[in-house]
Amino acid sequence: MIAAVASPDVSWWALIPLVTFAAAGFLLLTMASLVRRLPAVLAPAWTVAAGVAVLVYLVPMWSKVGSDGAGSFLAGAVGVDASSVFVTGILAVAVIAAALIAHDYLPREDLPGVEFYVLLLLSAAGGIVMASANDLIVLFLGLEVLSIAAYVLAAMHLRRIESQEAALKYFLLGAFSSAFLLYGIALVYGATGSTNMAGISAYLADNVLIDDAMLLAGLALLLVGLGFKVAVVPFHAWTPDVYQGAPTPVVAWMAAGVKAAGFAAMMRVFVLTFGTHVSDWQPAFQMIAAATVLVGAVVAVVQTDVKRMLAYSSIVHAGFILVGLQAATDRGNSSVLAYLAVYALLTVGSFAVVTVVGGTGDSAHGLDSYRGLGQRRPLLAGAFTVLLLGQAGIPFTGGFVVKLGVLAAAVNAGAYWLAGVAMLAAAVAAFVYLRVLVAMYLEETPTGSEAPAAIPVGALVVVVVSSAAILLVGLIPGPLLELARDAVPVLVAG
Amino acid sequence: MSDYLRNWLTLVVFGGVAVLLVGTFLGLGSLLRPTRQTPQKAVAYESGVDPQGDMWSQSNIRYYVFALMFVLFDVEAVFIFPWATRLEVYDVFGLVEMAIFIFILALGLFYAWRKGLLRWI
Repeated sequence: MIAAVASPDVSWWALIPLVTFAAAGFLLLTMASLVRRLPAVLAPAWTVAAGVAVLVYLVPMWSKVGSDGAGSFLAGAVGVDASSVFVTGILAVAVIAAALIAHDYLPREDLPGVEFYVLLLLSAAGGIVMASANDLIVLFLGLEVLSIAAYVLAAMHLRRIESQEAALKYFLLGAFSSAFLLYGIALVYGATGSTNMAGISAYLADNVLIDDAMLLAGLALLLVGLGFKVAVVPFHAWTPDVYQGAPTPVVAWMAAGVKAAGFAAMMRVFVLTFGTHVSDWQPAFQMIAAATVLVGAVVAVVQTDVKRMLAYSSIVHAGFILVGLQAATDRGNSSVLAYLAVYALLTVGSFAVVTVVGGTGDSAHGLDSYRGLGQRRPLLAGAFTVLLLGQAGIPFTGGFVVKLGVLAAAVNAGAYWLAGVAMLAAAVAAFVYLRVLVAMYLEETPTGSEAPAAIPVGALVVVVVSSAAILLVGLIPGPLLELARDAVPVLVAG
Repeated sequence: MSDYLRNWLTLVVFGGVAVLLVGTFLGLGSLLRPTRQTPQKAVAYESGVDPQGDMWSQSNIRYYVFALMFVLFDVEAVFIFPWATRLEVYDVFGLVEMAIFIFILALGLFYAWRKGLLRWI
């Protein structure tokens, strides 16, 4: 008699957000194949409903994790802690926002079909896997599910050659960086004998490696692989081209969702798994953070395409998040999570504005298109003002609160010079945002520009809600900061 | 030399012998045989049929569907074979897992079919 392999217990309550997104994607695909003509509103409404369902479910999940503590499931493959619940929330918000923006964008660009929404949902499912991975292989799996969907999403605009170019660049560099990540995992496995994050951290806590060259090489490769996904200097070169070429709702998802999942993975891998080797990776993180904020801010200044400019500004934000992450303290982690939440709101709002201003063809992204926007579309310009001021980190916006958080975490951890560099970069980057504001309010509308059309409902909701939320967080930062403080990431052995 | 490296030594020796043997025979052959080139001898061999056109020709882009379908079923087979050999070990759990896996792949095939991808245009 052959002994049966013990099947791992499946704790459904911990997997419901993941299963919801994946099942919603598959069901939508099936519906689209069964029914010839789905009502146009069905797919976005379905996606938003899935996102809202996940958000609603996260409330009891949050309190369950809060009372029972974090846990690991599926034979130690998946670990759910408060931080993964928090990041799942950010991903759900990003999915809802991207679907709302796309609802008008896709018909306007004459791109019928539900594939956008299906890929968005599957990509979000991959992001959740990344944010709650307890094993490096599972992390890689989540990263691939997230990225492959994102590659296809970037190519969504069939008739724009820039979209195809963006997808190809993103795919080639993404596949390359995945190989780096996988190689890093292999070396770490060779050095520690485990791919389980809790197993690795337990091994490193109990053993002192006499020769840790293999482990350090693995760490470096992991940093390259994950650094590419979150676009930090020197792995940022793809970002401007991809953000400029990809359809704008897709960019909103890439900037908000993919980055949140990437940083959540970085936090789990470096701060938690390799917390014992913090003195090895911290200097590298500090250098990369400093380079990222400086290069992003300086290069953003010379951009004339707003989408490209926002791409460089997203690089600056990635640098700021790294400033908080390198502290490798609870304070640093909570500042990173708060930053990710506010950054997601800022980017989806900004790219919603860019989608509307971009007009049919998704091409009017030059600074010229924004001249005189204050007179043509006061509401849109007003909301964009709030979002840009938030990105610049002006007081009384959410951007200020979270920037202060990461800087305080860096100072608290003793990295004074890094905090100084980041503040300098923030001052440089402020010029970029102010230039758009000047174009919107102080410059005249170029003659011959078309009459303003009505702002589509979906984008309007995203713009208004995100800018209101940014103001709200800026005025009453307490609740968000408390949530982020309670969202401590922990590793639990399975 | 460590045991680990000594294991690789076998590989190096075998590789060296292979290169040496093949090199010797091919070298001897080229020295001994008469060489009389004719144009017929330089054409690519295509099972006795006269070769047509250039070797570097474009295949029809429509064949990409077959490539995709091949990958779909190939990956399915890669996972099913090892599972099938150890079916009794994995028990009901394995059966359910495989059912879910095949169901999702079948969903993809169904989608491709309904989108008219399998029809030759």
